[in-house]
Amino acid sequence: MAAVAETKEVKKIIDLGLEEGAKKLTPERIEKTINNALTAMGGARLDAYVSTCIHCGLCSEACHYYLSHDGDPHFSPVGKVKQTMWEILKHKGRVSPAAIKQMAEIAYTECNLCRRCSMYCPFGIDIAYLISSVRRMCHLLGVTPQYLQDTAHSHSATMNQMWLKQDEWIDTLFWQEDDYRREIKNLTIPLDKEGADIMYSVIGPEPKFLAMLIGNAAKIMHVAGVNWTFPSFDGWDNSDMAMFSGDQEIMGRVKRAHFEAAMRLKVKRIVMGECGHAFRSVYDVGNRWFGWKMPPVPIIHAIQFYYELIKEGRLKIVKKFKEPVTLHDPCNVVRGRGLQEMARYVINAICEDFREMSPNREHNFCCAAGGGVINCGPPWKMKRMEGNRVKAEQMKATGARIVITPCHNCHSGLEDIIGYYKLGMRTKFISDILVDAIEVPEAMKVKK
Amino acid sequence: MEATSKLLEQVQPISQQSVPSSSYKEALPATPKKAGDSFDWDTRKKLIANTDEWKSKFSEVRPFNVSGDGEKIGSVVQTNEETFTVCLNGKQWEETYEKVWTLKFKNDGKAVCLVMKDNAWTVAVDGLQWKEKFDYAWNLQIALNGRDIGINIKKDDHYGVCLDDKPWTQGFADVRNLFISPDGTMSAASVAIKGLAEADIFGFQKGVWTVAVDGTPWDKNFVNVWGLAFSPDSRHVAAETRINLYDYAIVVDGILWPQTFKCVCEPRFSTKNNVIAPVKIPQGWTLAMDGKPIWKTFVQLWPPKFSPDGKKIAAVVAPDFGRWTIAVDGIPWKQTFSDTVLDPVFSPDSKRVAAIAKESKDPMNMGSSLHSIKGNDRWTIVVDGIPWEQDFDMIWDPVFSPDGSMVAAKAEINGKYCVVANGKAGKKMFDTLWSPVFSPGGDKLLIRGIQDGKYYRYVLPREEI
Amino acid sequence: MKFIMSEGFYAFVSGPMVWVAFLVFIFGSAYRVYKIISGLKKEAVVLPYMSFKYSLRSIAHWATPFGTVNWRRHPIMTVVTFLFHFCLIVTPVFLLAHNILWLRAWHIKWWTLPEGLADFMTLLVMLCCLFFLLRRLIEREVKFVTYPSDFFILTIVFLPFFTGFLAYHQLFLPYKALIITHILFGEIMLMAIPFTRLAHMLFSVFTRAYTGSEFGMVRHARDW
Repeated sequence: MAAVAETKEVKKIIDLGLEEGAKKLTPERIEKTINNALTAMGGARLDAYVSTCIHCGLCSEACHYYLSHDGDPHFSPVGKVKQTMWEILKHKGRVSPAAIKQMAEIAYTECNLCRRCSMYCPFGIDIAYLISSVRRMCHLLGVTPQYLQDTAHSHSATMNQMWLKQDEWIDTLFWQEDDYRREIKNLTIPLDKEGADIMYSVIGPEPKFLAMLIGNAAKIMHVAGVNWTFPSFDGWDNSDMAMFSGDQEIMGRVKRAHFEAAMRLKVKRIVMGECGHAFRSVYDVGNRWFGWKMPPVPIIHAIQFYYELIKEGRLKIVKKFKEPVTLHDPCNVVRGRGLQEMARYVINAICEDFREMSPNREHNFCCAAGGGVINCGPPWKMKRMEGNRVKAEQMKATGARIVITPCHNCHSGLEDIIGYYKLGMRTKFISDILVDAIEVPEAMKVKK
Repeated sequence: MEATSKLLEQVQPISQQSVPSSSYKEALPATPKKAGDSFDWDTRKKLIANTDEWKSKFSEVRPFNVSGDGEKIGSVVQTNEETFTVCLNGKQWEETYEKVWTLKFKNDGKAVCLVMKDNAWTVAVDGLQWKEKFDYAWNLQIALNGRDIGINIKKDDHYGVCLDDKPWTQGFADVRNLFISPDGTMSAASVAIKGLAEADIFGFQKGVWTVAVDGTPWDKNFVNVWGLAFSPDSRHVAAETRINLYDYAIVVDGILWPQTFKCVCEPRFSTKNNVIAPVKIPQGWTLAMDGKPIWKTFVQLWPPKFSPDGKKIAAVVAPDFGRWTIAVDGIPWKQTFSDTVLDPVFSPDSKRVAAIAKESKDPMNMGSSLHSIKGNDRWTIVVDGIPWEQDFDMIWDPVFSPDGSMVAAKAEINGKYCVVANGKAGKKMFDTLWSPVFSPGGDKLLIRGIQDGKYYRYVLPREEI
Repeated sequence: MKFIMSEGFYAFVSGPMVWVAFLVFIFGSAYRVYKIISGLKKEAVVLPYMSFKYSLRSIAHWATPFGTVNWRRHPIMTVVTFLFHFCLIVTPVFLLAHNILWLRAWHIKWWTLPEGLADFMTLLVMLCCLFFLLRRLIEREVKFVTYPSDFFILTIVFLPFFTGFLAYHQLFLPYKALIITHILFGEIMLMAIPFTRLAHMLFSVFTRAYTGSEFGMVRHARDW
């Protein structure tokens, strides 16, 4: 119908997961699987949302894909729902394998589930929920992007995102401990310390690629005198790409491993590193799958942790960062946890020249990497770049040299954008700056 | 499969253990399962070691651990730059190592830990190294019998398990976790029979994971294998599996239950070798025995426990979303808790059940990284459905007296620790404390803890706690 | 035309049909709301997170013209939307002609709009409908998600006001024919509310409240 006066510019991207997955489908299997999924979902929320949406299009400008594609309605939040969920409902699940492949591409690579559109819909329709539901169906149909699926497999087999073997995790911690002991006397990365106050948890890419972040954390903990620990066993990884691939069962299993690690170590709370999606998975998605209304062990994001350490004087800032910095508010800890003011407090405490992006706080534009999109891997990188021109413009306008973002997906996503749009900026985590800004008491230093 | 049964048949059955091994729980500093008759139950107070002195003697002293009988305290210590060893009751081992890690005690009081020397890892028992050396070793576990020692190992890019200095003969692309049979003679783990190329999702979905028992893999592969359990007679192994991306089942000795489920949790064996496991069906989670649901459904149901007499089953359940309690034989306790309830513990006579529960007045408030929120995250013990009146900053697993009349636990109050018995906090406060142990007669409690830099071993009449 | 203007038909649409329309509206709405709420109980993860305070906070912001970022971004749409919904509800409820009917049938009465104002408000509703129609035809992002049903429900809303306006001014058709069609279209609109996307009248409070609660109570963030 009124459908498509507009045609989307289609660039054919080959993703083995989608291609091979769609090949195995039959219309009968699609119909059966979708209808089973709809039954299992319960349908009340879906019904309320679909009955309420008045097709007004007011959500459009919330989406960075829409804005970056000069208002191409295929990329508006409701436009994406139209091409996916509405089609499914309209045909009662009788859609073709080709259509499923197309829907999978939209749901996995054109939406970051950043929930900005919920703040622009007058009815507060949770469009991320609708797209997640489409992803759930695609997962059940076996049509998922290859790299994202591989990550979900890694979660299932290893309880971490990066196929890390158990010795590799432990070895990384020993190695970081050794490194930092050259600088700080008796710095330890305590493993399996039962009864510590805090279990610190990270995401798989930290031990795999960014081990210095673990060292940074250890230094901060040591200097602040925090009683903390890491589990040596599975459960140390708080991330969860299964949540984004639609594999809720694995998502739940990974979350359970994480919480059980904390309960087994008898810690009072979990502090997690600078990651956004992982926060979402432990704070208000994964826990719910198992019937925990809130996480059974309190979860604190690194931003809040740094904020409290600085505010209470447990970390003393002696050397502020000089270059102009800006802050990218990650959706999952700002729209997802309201940590925007704490982040600003920390950054102002450790940086001399902080410049706001516009829009900011809850209204900040997404990085286009989150929601599992960057995990869809190399085939989809250019789509991600083209889909976030507004982010490049927004960052450039700040005149800052450094973009701080306390989230791994944002970090990698923005680095790609900076490279692609040649912005000449760099991204940093808060801890990158914080470790160099704090005072290390003389007594703690290794005498050289 | 055949190989496995053969292997299993070679094993002589031993006296049945009451509770099937959930061996991952064993990885933590050991709390003795049974109080020994051989312990000194007469000396009321014994100063074992002045642990503060260690701090001046060594440049670093890592967290302490104590033996089951309380007669020994040990710690990993740094002797001089870059070498570590173990200090036991103030005396250090002669040998030093590049790294030392996870200090535990066997039932005979011998200290066990993982050590690295000349870049090779192995186990050291009372300062003597195993003859086998590995590129890596971790997950040191002592079997339920308190005697046998197992570790996960890596050697020449192959992964495996080593039990009592005998490594598996076959190596694997990956081996995760380790389960030792209750009698300590066998080991099992989930293993990847081959490595996969990067992002080979189709290879993975064909199934490369299975269970290996004493290094012999089952002949069937699965997409995933988790949560192994040995039978109390050590002759059988069960595990949870995902047989494709969507269907879950329990597998026993390599043979799948005919029923598949939306999800499953770790299986457990009964004393008669029936297998039970939480399973997810469209209506919710229930408990299945040998494939068939035997309980009503719950929002959630965690892996169950059999009573020592094998007649009762208890499990953590959520009767409603966000409400937790214990169900005994499928019937939940009336009182539920907001945050979580941990694994049930049966009294030795199988009559009573106790569990840790956590409650928050304002659960939506996740609060602070450094401070507790008043009224939130309060831990206590619930016995037969009735929580202790007092709650604590943290509490450890409940311990029943042999006759079941008393429940005791280690608890934390304002950064100090005490023993709580039947809900009443003991007067003695400790800087570090281990879980209490009842005497075989049940009239006395062994309390092991550090006060003012000194490690004491107390034996107190139960009324005096 | 003859049939439409017949006494019998008039008696039907102004008598039993009114009952039918109200009953369908009330019970239909109650049924839909009941279905959703009972469904939500099964979905488990919605109702435990509802917060009265944060529901109201969110509803208050969105029920205030220019009270949210997105309302401020679209000033014309905002003015039209608020005027439209205000007039849409207030005009029929406080219209003199309707109130007379209530008085006659049930002996109840309440405040009445001045006739001239009511007439103007009716005109506004129609103009707003025209605006929404044009928006659907012209704006790319709206056009893309427009289905025949969107024109249909717009027409359902438009017609009672249009026929009422014609009847009041006695234009084009005989008064009686206009009044009968007006009543009929009014009844159709009432009955359509629970079973078309006009149901946003029923559900939007819930969707807003839920999102407001999640954003406010769980995520400690604003949703406007």
